[in-house]
Amino acid sequence: MKACVIVFPGSNCDHDAQHALSEVAGFQADFVWHAETDLDGYDLIMIPGGFSYGDHLRSGAVARFAAAMGPVQEAARRGTPILGVCNGFQVLLEAGLLPGAMLRNAGLEFRHDWVGLRTERTDTIFTSACEPGQLLRMPIAHGDGNYYADPETIAELEGEGRVLFRYCDEAGETTPEANPNGSINNIAGITNERGNVLGMMPHPERASEMILGGDDGAQIWRSLVAHLEAVPVG
Amino acid sequence: MADMTPAAIDDAILRAISLNRTEYARITDLMGRPPSEVELGIFGALWSEHCGYKHSRPHLRTMPTQSEAILVAAGEENAGAVDIGDGLAVVFKIESHNHPSAVEPFQSAATGVGGIIRDIFTMGARPIALFDSLRFGPLDKPRNRYLANGIIGGVGFYGNCVGIPTVGGEVVVDESYEGNPLVNAMCVGLLPHDRLTSATATGTGNPLILVGADTGRDGVHGATFASVEDPEASTRGVVQVGNPFLEKLLIEACLELLETDAVVGMQDLGAAGLTSSAVEAAGRGGAGVKLNIDKVSRRTANLTPYEVMLSESQERMLVVATRGREAEVIALFDRWGLHSDIIGEVTDDGHVTVLDEGNQVARIPIEFLIDAPEYELPVVRPDYLDRVQALDLAQVPESDDLAATLLELLAAPNIASKYCVYRTYDQTVGTNTVSGPGSDAAVLRIKGTKRAIAIATDGNGRHVFLNPRGGGARAVAEAARNVVCTGAEPIAITNCLNFGSPTEPAVYYQFAEAVAGISEACERLGTPVTGGNVSFYNEANNRQIHPTPVIGMLGVLEDINNRSDSAFKDTDDVIALIGPLESDLDGSEYLKLIHGIEAGAPGIDLDLEARVQAACLAGIRSGVVRSAHDVADGGLAVAVAESAIAGGIGATLDIDAADGRRDALLFGESASRIVVSTAPDRLADLERMCGENGASLTIIGRVGGARIALLPGVEVALEEADGAWQYGLADALASQNGRG
Repeated sequence: MKACVIVFPGSNCDHDAQHALSEVAGFQADFVWHAETDLDGYDLIMIPGGFSYGDHLRSGAVARFAAAMGPVQEAARRGTPILGVCNGFQVLLEAGLLPGAMLRNAGLEFRHDWVGLRTERTDTIFTSACEPGQLLRMPIAHGDGNYYADPETIAELEGEGRVLFRYCDEAGETTPEANPNGSINNIAGITNERGNVLGMMPHPERASEMILGGDDGAQIWRSLVAHLEAVPVG
Repeated sequence: MADMTPAAIDDAILRAISLNRTEYARITDLMGRPPSEVELGIFGALWSEHCGYKHSRPHLRTMPTQSEAILVAAGEENAGAVDIGDGLAVVFKIESHNHPSAVEPFQSAATGVGGIIRDIFTMGARPIALFDSLRFGPLDKPRNRYLANGIIGGVGFYGNCVGIPTVGGEVVVDESYEGNPLVNAMCVGLLPHDRLTSATATGTGNPLILVGADTGRDGVHGATFASVEDPEASTRGVVQVGNPFLEKLLIEACLELLETDAVVGMQDLGAAGLTSSAVEAAGRGGAGVKLNIDKVSRRTANLTPYEVMLSESQERMLVVATRGREAEVIALFDRWGLHSDIIGEVTDDGHVTVLDEGNQVARIPIEFLIDAPEYELPVVRPDYLDRVQALDLAQVPESDDLAATLLELLAAPNIASKYCVYRTYDQTVGTNTVSGPGSDAAVLRIKGTKRAIAIATDGNGRHVFLNPRGGGARAVAEAARNVVCTGAEPIAITNCLNFGSPTEPAVYYQFAEAVAGISEACERLGTPVTGGNVSFYNEANNRQIHPTPVIGMLGVLEDINNRSDSAFKDTDDVIALIGPLESDLDGSEYLKLIHGIEAGAPGIDLDLEARVQAACLAGIRSGVVRSAHDVADGGLAVAVAESAIAGGIGATLDIDAADGRRDALLFGESASRIVVSTAPDRLADLERMCGENGASLTIIGRVGGARIALLPGVEVALEEADGAWQYGLADALASQNGRG
């Protein structure tokens, strides 16, 4: 199985993503420069965290014009799994592959923390390895992670079950206190309609090995591997 | 043109570059003529305290700098390099950005971080961790809160964006830093031995390529600014603005470039900009350099040659390329969206020659520039020491509610949790962080090996003020102890020596003695000095800061599985103290906070320290020790409380002050003590290991319950202790005046 990690100027979780995909998940994981236009042959495309283009204009706003984003759009249409984490989520929003936008964190500060996540669905290619409602712990590290969309879009996301992860406390309750950035409905990760594009603010690649304090993020890799092994590759 | 002879030169000109009349006379003497304006500026920068170490060199030279692990020793390059095994090396260095931070806290703290990162990747190392050691004036004053919040914001802004985790540091509050906060940033980098790169300019005809930001007027005179005693009275023009996005591109591009053989050397542009960068590189290579400064890209019109040479615009690197490979180097930078210019070449004439559109504006033998004047002043013990070292405890009433005192200490900004600060720092990017901020030392795994490194920063200005030599030694010992508490063996230090004005006899004494104390501890503990930085003239409102050497300690864990942390683990585990139970109250946070007294002569027995550390290390490596936490600010009681809070489980102590004072027993800060816990059935093993290492072990209590019980009648609920500790600093920093 082949994965690629798109590298923009200012990406800074690219090496982490590549490490988790290759050392933990078992992919052959390549870096792909933002100027590349050929993404054929990749079974998974990852858009990593960081400050692409220095967050100029808005987080992710410049990256969406990168040459590599054309083939990312095509791959999304073909149904290739695409995972955007942190700045990668912001890029997917700016690119229109996912609905909504990110506001400054409600506390107006950059926040790093290990947060609790409740898995909302397990019948997806990203969460099939999880138990229903499984609580996961992963780090967040962002200043603009306050997910916002208009009420109709939120209703659509909720109605179609496209919220995969919500910030929660240790009991799994999605309380305001457990919400680190003010996101509507404690939303931490959403998918597109087809379910092959996931954007999430928490970092699964930083929670993939016990030595780093937890390996709940590896559930996402396990789910993807199971999915890719079940379908013909290519 | 004005008369530039030594007798006639205007004082204002010399003041502007912080040189005195004698130094100017020496320049005219060396040159055999009065220098040009540009030449004088170059001398001023390189003979500044910041670049030339005029007052510190005679003492720095006495520090131990060698061991088997040292690959690049202090002073040879931008930072020291240390072997950590498996063919890997760590490059690390700490540096100050104090004076600008008193003027523009956010940007200055940010560029302080940016500057130290460049020192690391210029050596060929990938930066993997940042630390920030910060000192502020009391937080009940709005100005100090403004500075603190701005500095914390700037540190986070830069590190977060550039994608290097901030995994440790300190926040200390004391009146002596009012108006002169300290911002010390440390960067740690990792590389294979064979990737070590020199900041050297060699090979006549090899091109000099300047890459990164365009050059502006910002920071002209930054290097001499660090010698101005009251920064707030100075202008804002000397402060630089950082661009971490550009720095990130430089890191990636330069590391990629170093994988080719198109590069001879690489040097960052820091204090005194192009001047010090080019001169130091040529000095190292024993060569000369010719600079065509009209080729330097500008961000502003009408820059004079003087300004181009002395600009401290951030995010610039000087690359010495192999002749004929220029196009390849420039193409690589282009790919990363970085602008680069060929601005000169290496020569064999031993001079720095500066040309502006073909006209020579400066030509100076490099040996003159790298040989700044040196001042060794008499070291005379100042009178204040007798006064402050006489601690008469008879005049200090013991608090009648020691439980309340514990809570007060736990909530004090110097002891309380720093979570509210470090939660604004990305601590886990890079996926190496095993233990982050809040630990005794940060632990980072080394991918592809079983190893880890542990790093801590430490420095207690009050201790050094009270007892310069003992305090200096204690700073090294405590930093080493912090590293040992994770299970790592300390192997080397970097230091940032923050002091007042060296021309003040008391300050010079503090400096000389602290350096001697640091050297003694480094010798005894086997941790040579790999480099660092001296920051003098830290004073404001006619008050010198407490002498504050900050030690950055590097340790190595050969097997990451044999590590420890500070958290108590299980009910009924035995709590024991390695090292003496008795303590004095000299220089303690307790005396300062509760009684408003700064007195005593905090010292250290380095042999005892070495034995205690060896015993603790043996205990952790064999898996006998389940938690380890060093006794520092707030003493034994705070150490036990912190281990309890970290583990979410209480503790009951069974100790006795005998005929001594209960406050000294609980809150004294005598050195060389580590609180450990162990399973009851491993206690005998621990006792044996302490015996073998010649360290005493005292059983002091048991883990368990939901209370912290220190002495009969002296106890607090764990939850209450946790609350005091969690919110003490956050409450002090919270303000409408701060920057979010």
